Amino acid sequence: MFGSITAIGMGLAVIGAGIGIGQIGGKAMEAIARQPEAVGDIRANMILMAALVEGAALIAIVTSFLSNSAQ
Amino acid sequence: MRQYILTLICAFVLSPFAFSQDHNEEQQEHETTTTEEHQEAGCGDHEKEAFNPGATAFHHISDQNIYNIGPWSIPLPCILYNAAQGWSLFSSGKFHIGEHGNGHTAVDHYILVEGVVRRVTDASFPMGEVEIGQHPVFEKVKQEDGKLKEIAFVCYSDQLYPSDAKSTADGGLFGGGVTSFYDFSLTKNVVTMMLMFAFLAWMFISVAKAYKTRDGMAPKGMQSFIEPIFLFIQNEVAKPFLGNKWEKYLPFLMAQFFFILGLNLFGQIPFFGGSNVTGNIAVTMVLAVITFFVVNLSSNKNYWEHILWMPGVPAWVKTILTPVEVLGLFIKPVTLTLRLFANITAGHMVIVIFVGLIFLFGKSGESVGASYGTAAGSTLLTMFMMAIELLVAFIQAFVFAILTASYIGAATEEAHH
Repeated sequence: MFGSITAIGMGLAVIGAGIGIGQIGGKAMEAIARQPEAVGDIRANMILMAALVEGAALIAIVTSFLSNSAQ
Repeated sequence: MRQYILTLICAFVLSPFAFSQDHNEEQQEHETTTTEEHQEAGCGDHEKEAFNPGATAFHHISDQNIYNIGPWSIPLPCILYNAAQGWSLFSSGKFHIGEHGNGHTAVDHYILVEGVVRRVTDASFPMGEVEIGQHPVFEKVKQEDGKLKEIAFVCYSDQLYPSDAKSTADGGLFGGGVTSFYDFSLTKNVVTMMLMFAFLAWMFISVAKAYKTRDGMAPKGMQSFIEPIFLFIQNEVAKPFLGNKWEKYLPFLMAQFFFILGLNLFGQIPFFGGSNVTGNIAVTMVLAVITFFVVNLSSNKNYWEHILWMPGVPAWVKTILTPVEVLGLFIKPVTLTLRLFANITAGHMVIVIFVGLIFLFGKSGESVGASYGTAAGSTLLTMFMMAIELLVAFIQAFVFAILTASYIGAATEEAHH
């Protein structure tokens, strides 16, 4: 036994979320560097967007869990 | 400062020793009991299973019928229902809680396994209070459909009796097996929520009073702790997302934010209950369902028009858009549920697994050197994780509030054509 295919699905979901949140964080940093006075607005929107990206990844993770237990 | 450092070092040096001693004792105890009972049939000796960090983590984050403060187990009231027996109401102290939350006594077919009430279904099992002595045993049993299922067995008069799974709100219909009883008890999570409710009510009433009596003066004490957080949510969450209706929804947002924040932070306190309330999917689901109802009951015509028949797009696009939008209606509360649940649960599990590494590499106390080495690493990692979790506690409460505000804002937005 080397684990289950669920682990691959969860790993892929996490890669997707990682790319998405990385993009958001990087772009937010750039935006703050360009316009330091807008830091409050940018931070709030950054967290909101990161939460939405995370939501998509969570659905993938839970679906992979469910498909594993339904076998 | 030096005192703190000394205490930390002492705790660090002594902890693997204490753990290893505990486990050695347990093993010796186990050996003596098994040699005594070895000859008798029925409850033969059960091999002590290897330490399983995953299972230990799940046991530690689950809801329980006892409240643990440090080494003490505080019994909580049990309210149980079974169709044949009717209602049973007693304190979980009647189970004579032993170590790891395992009860030594069965009460009217009910037993306590790892802090959770289960029921022995077998009709030949006696009613009333019965000594079951030995710890419940977990065994994988093949079900009729060929699946392996872990069932807790209890030993009584040299016979193993199987017990039901934990009681769930759905009665086990969505997995976990249909149970013969329902558990309406005041569990650890329920008690923690009541305590948090009382604490928040006391805090906010006293702060509100202080604003009346100290009108025009600088905030003092608890006021100065609450004010910046309150204003942050009001100015960063409520006002930008809710427009001119922010005052109407502010109490709801604040109640939600502070309830989640309080429970997140309460769950971080080590050795004090270890209640993982916001890491319980039922609790987060109820919070998300409340949001779902508030959003949809305060929605206007414009919102439903954009969901069901998006204006300004070609008809063939509408056939794709409408199902997606309707699905999105239900996906929103689902992601709210899962986000809070997964973030808090993951943080708690990582901490338990870091501590579990000490037992894994130290082979439950056999190799003391490895325990010390791992303890050094995992203490630092655990402290780092707890710092991260503190941040996550705030971020998740904030995210829940900001998403609720944005959903309400989208539902109440006036048409601007």
